[in-house]
Amino acid sequence: MLYSEKVMEHFANPHNVGEIENADGIGEVGNEKCGDIMKMYLKINAGIIEDVKFKTFGCGAAIATSSIATDMIKGKSVEEALKLSNKAVVEALEGLPPAKIHCSVLAEQAVKTAIADYYTKQGIDPLPIVGEIPEHCHGDCGND
Amino acid sequence: MSNIIYLDNAATTRISSTVREVMEPYLDNLYGNASSLYSLGRESARAIHKARMDIAEALNCDPCEIYFTSGGSESNNWAVKSAAALAAKSGKKHIISSEFEHHAVLHVLQALEKQGFEVTYLPVYENGIVRVSDLEKAFRPDTGFCTLMHVNNEIGTIQPVSDIGALCKAHGILFHSDAVQALGSVKFDISVLNADLLSLSGHKIHAPKGIGALCVNNKIRLPPYIVGGAQESGLRAGTENVAGIVGFAKAVQEAVSGTEAKNSKLLPLKEKLCKEIMKLEKVHLNGDPEQRVVTNLNFSFEGIEGESLLLMLDMAGICCSSGSACTSGSLDPSHVLLALGLPHEIAHGSLRISMSQYTTEAEIDKLLEVLPGIINKLRIMSPLWERIKNQCSIQKK
Repeated sequence: MLYSEKVMEHFANPHNVGEIENADGIGEVGNEKCGDIMKMYLKINAGIIEDVKFKTFGCGAAIATSSIATDMIKGKSVEEALKLSNKAVVEALEGLPPAKIHCSVLAEQAVKTAIADYYTKQGIDPLPIVGEIPEHCHGDCGND
Repeated sequence: MSNIIYLDNAATTRISSTVREVMEPYLDNLYGNASSLYSLGRESARAIHKARMDIAEALNCDPCEIYFTSGGSESNNWAVKSAAALAAKSGKKHIISSEFEHHAVLHVLQALEKQGFEVTYLPVYENGIVRVSDLEKAFRPDTGFCTLMHVNNEIGTIQPVSDIGALCKAHGILFHSDAVQALGSVKFDISVLNADLLSLSGHKIHAPKGIGALCVNNKIRLPPYIVGGAQESGLRAGTENVAGIVGFAKAVQEAVSGTEAKNSKLLPLKEKLCKEIMKLEKVHLNGDPEQRVVTNLNFSFEGIEGESLLLMLDMAGICCSSGSACTSGSLDPSHVLLALGLPHEIAHGSLRISMSQYTTEAEIDKLLEVLPGIINKLRIMSPLWERIKNQCSIQKK
């Protein structure tokens, strides 16, 4: 398994690690049985993601995707953040080994889940805006 | 790469300088095919003959009981497939094994199950050791053979192979043991092991990769494994890996004669590692603390994932391995750790440290110096660790 330099850079020095007190949206995806859990915290002001933090239990790719995904949505509007795709995360990391693509899916889901939580807290039904977020940890895991 | 601290000797080992030395002529001007009639060929045949004699003497068996193979996986495949074929001839289609065999045994057994064999997988319990009493209960009139590893490759637990072999003998069934991890780490004498078939590998004992042996009791006639040549009594065709065989013989001699010295050198290092690592929070030693080879320690750290741990150790110049799903190449953590009854999340956070005769105290100290910081760094960013800590404080209240 070969990680790109970008992945190793984000793994060795991940950005945005931590929690946000009284976060406006929190999203947690994955489960311990599968070996990865991502938890994202959003601070949102006037529709802009002012701050984002994450905590991740998982492999090198899980930590790197969390780090870069949080970088990619920081300072963006909620609408823009919702457009973050796992493909964009993979590209930003200069590629991921095939077995690790699910980590980028997880990162996308973590962002969407945190935004859905933000809408729910605002009293807005997130479903028409965010869409369905699959509940399983990643599509190829047989442990659900 | 000179500053690397190599603590993954259960994966492979460095070639010893003495092994390399005896191999060199056969990589250089003594390149003859051992089947050729002229002196250059005869020189290779002589070298193979001597290697076989040397190995037989070191292991206390007959030279004609040794068949050279490409290594442990081939030996295991050959042994299990042949034992199954022999058993099936007499209408016996039941096999006894354990839950935590190497995949080179396990996957063959799974293939045999698809062909109509039935396999009883003995449990290995929390301590990672099969019980002879379970074997006794598993015997059936149609039991054809039993295959059980000598030392587990991931957790280093030593199985009671001698007793198991004796019991198989009493029941008149064949016994195969994958002894790849045992040679050089436990006292080794084929005559007391009671194994009819024994798999050995070179690269785990400081010989090169691509060489090993299957030891076959004289009384057993194995069907040929590779046809197309008279090599290895016609059972395993293919021009012999002369340099590998010569190196392997040297490595076997050194492994057997050096077992005691290695174990007494490494025992204090093992104890130090164990004592210091067990001081960390929420850590488990996997496998029996006593009935294990001195070279292997396997821990689980709650709240973290093994691959991240390995990558961070690698950044500090330390090579280890893990049974986490991410490093196993599948989505499940190691079948060995799951066989111990560990929950998935604890199996994901495992670390295997395996030493060799070259391991130094300074290297162990370096590992102990960096490990707590790495565990802490990963735990700080782990939501699972946060959950574990919260549960602890709830319980305390």
